Amino acid sequence: MTQRLVLDHITAHYGSTRVLEDLSLDIAEGELVSLLGASGCGKTTTLRLIAGFLTPTAGTITLGGKDLTRLPAHKRDIGLVFQNYALFPHLSVADNVGFGLKQRGIAGEARAKRVNAMLERVGLAHLAERLPGALSGGQKQRVALARALVIEPPLLMFDEPLSNLDAKLRVDMRVEIRQLQRANGTTSVYVTHDQEEAFSISDRVAIMHQGRIMQLDTPEMLYQRPANAFVARFVGFENLIQMKVIAREGGNVTAEAAGGVRLSLSADRFGAIPDRFILASRADGLAVTDDPNADGIPATLGLRTYLGRAYQYQCETPAGHLLANGPLTRPFAPGTAARLVPVPEQCTILAPEDQNR
Amino acid sequence: MTRSVHPALIALAVLVFIFLVGPLVIVVGAALSDTSYLTFPPQGLSLRWFENIFEIAAFRRTIVTSLQIAFISTGIALLIGIPAAYAMNRYRVQLPGWLSTLFVLPVLVPELVLGFSLLKSVAVQFTIPIYISLVIGHTLLVLPYVVRVISASLAGFDFSVEEAAVSLGSPPLKTFFTILLPNVRSGVIAAFILAFITSINDVSISIFMTGPGISTLPIQILAHTEQFFDPTVASVSVLLMVLTVAVMAIVERTLGLTFLAK
Ligand SMILES: Nc1ncnc2c1ncn2[C@@H]1O[C@H](COP(=O)(O)OP(=O)(O)O)[C@@H](O)[C@H]1O
Ligand SMILES: [Mg+2]
Repeated sequence: MTQRLVLDHITAHYGSTRVLEDLSLDIAEGELVSLLGASGCGKTTTLRLIAGFLTPTAGTITLGGKDLTRLPAHKRDIGLVFQNYALFPHLSVADNVGFGLKQRGIAGEARAKRVNAMLERVGLAHLAERLPGALSGGQKQRVALARALVIEPPLLMFDEPLSNLDAKLRVDMRVEIRQLQRANGTTSVYVTHDQEEAFSISDRVAIMHQGRIMQLDTPEMLYQRPANAFVARFVGFENLIQMKVIAREGGNVTAEAAGGVRLSLSADRFGAIPDRFILASRADGLAVTDDPNADGIPATLGLRTYLGRAYQYQCETPAGHLLANGPLTRPFAPGTAARLVPVPEQCTILAPEDQNR
Repeated sequence: MTRSVHPALIALAVLVFIFLVGPLVIVVGAALSDTSYLTFPPQGLSLRWFENIFEIAAFRRTIVTSLQIAFISTGIALLIGIPAAYAMNRYRVQLPGWLSTLFVLPVLVPELVLGFSLLKSVAVQFTIPIYISLVIGHTLLVLPYVVRVISASLAGFDFSVEEAAVSLGSPPLKTFFTILLPNVRSGVIAAFILAFITSINDVSISIFMTGPGISTLPIQILAHTEQFFDPTVASVSVLLMVLTVAVMAIVERTLGLTFLAK
């Protein structure tokens, strides 16, 4: 039932505007992959291409080895869940859910049985005769989900399905969606602009920017090892320090940042270090110390905030404004001259930005 | 819950009501009068002026012609207007200037001008049969109403509903009939009724398009009043009202319940 989805070098245009550029995606059977990115980056466009509402200008789409690229949308057999639910306003809940079965020539008893079973699963059996207009947002989304699931499609797609719901319901529904998806083992594409939502329910996440996939990886890898500066910023790396290697000596590298700041980095810990690179980290990747001889970035500490597990400091350095964490045992006063020492496990080395544009 | 209403407002409402219903009462009353001239209040009660309608061949003919023209032109206007309104709303089609003018024109420009220009340009130049030119004229007359009313009911329609149907396996054309039309049903009914009434009551276009042998009911009423002052015109007017209401009821019943449902 469930099938592998492959997008191979897809380019798409609206009129003469290019919206997707050379986009490739390989989703394994039963896998849930999220497309994550800011509004306008091309997530919906990608779904519309897969659904068949838009034809790519280049590239191919295959599902279960079958080429879909030129197949009309109504023959693709893909379950779609829309952001605004898109329920049929003139049909009852049961008829909404039964619509896809009706198109497949499943009638009478057989259809009613499957519709009822599906409504049971999403907990809406008691509302079967209601019209969509008389449902709450969460109920509507369940109907939309049931309608897409009941046809047992080889591929499910969700376009920001929870963005019209309130925060509490969003969390409940995403767990429900993930459980239903797991139970059926249906290959799924899930679109969202909410990082927490994407990371919490996905096997892998594709971070998109201006019609391209910047990185496709597991949530863990994205969170800890972003592959480029864009993704690093996206997942909350506050400190991106541009550096240039000025000396290599055995396993050790001496690099210089703006303002003449020098750091020595060990290649054992960071792997191969290119001549120009970005040292990227979150606040906990730079440790604050008042030891003037520590091998770190000289800084003047600014505002201190309490995070529970550490103190966080706004720091002014010759290399620019940075965020760093200090120990709970020693709060420093604003204005203290300190050093910010990179914590290798919490830092990552990225290619300079102009190279991944 | 009771709310106090300003007495002046009540007076105004009553006044409006009198102005709306008054003419109807007078026409119906005059139609039922037993006299051989138009008068109100009626003197004596009789249905003989209703019988008289059907004794005059010209009335018999024009009632049929008017009904035919109204149905045909309304039908054509719906066939053109629904897809046009759909395309304009669905794809945000920017119509070329002349075409969008066409959809607005008859509402803005005094109808007389349209009728006259139609007569000149179309009927005379191409020697089109009167009946056909009547249909064309009436279609153009009612098309703007159809496009506007359907557009209005499509304006709030969420077209992703169509895509949902297609993704569930319903081909696009079938989706148009099973999903879109049922959701603009009240718009279609309103457009039908508005177009039908506009057509069957039209004088200004018809007066230019009618010719020897073929006329419409309102034109025949005009012609009749030029020669006779008997209550026949009043009874014809009542008949026209009854016909219109009957058509509205039938449309409401059929379009409302069966034609577009599921
Ligand atoms: N129908 C359309 N016509 C022209 N441009 C469009 C259309 N739909 C979307 N776009 C443009 O394509 C880009 C990607 O849109 P979309 O895929 O909807 O983004 P997302 O879903 O990630 O917010 C945006 O810049 C948007 O303005
Ligand atoms: Mg979108």
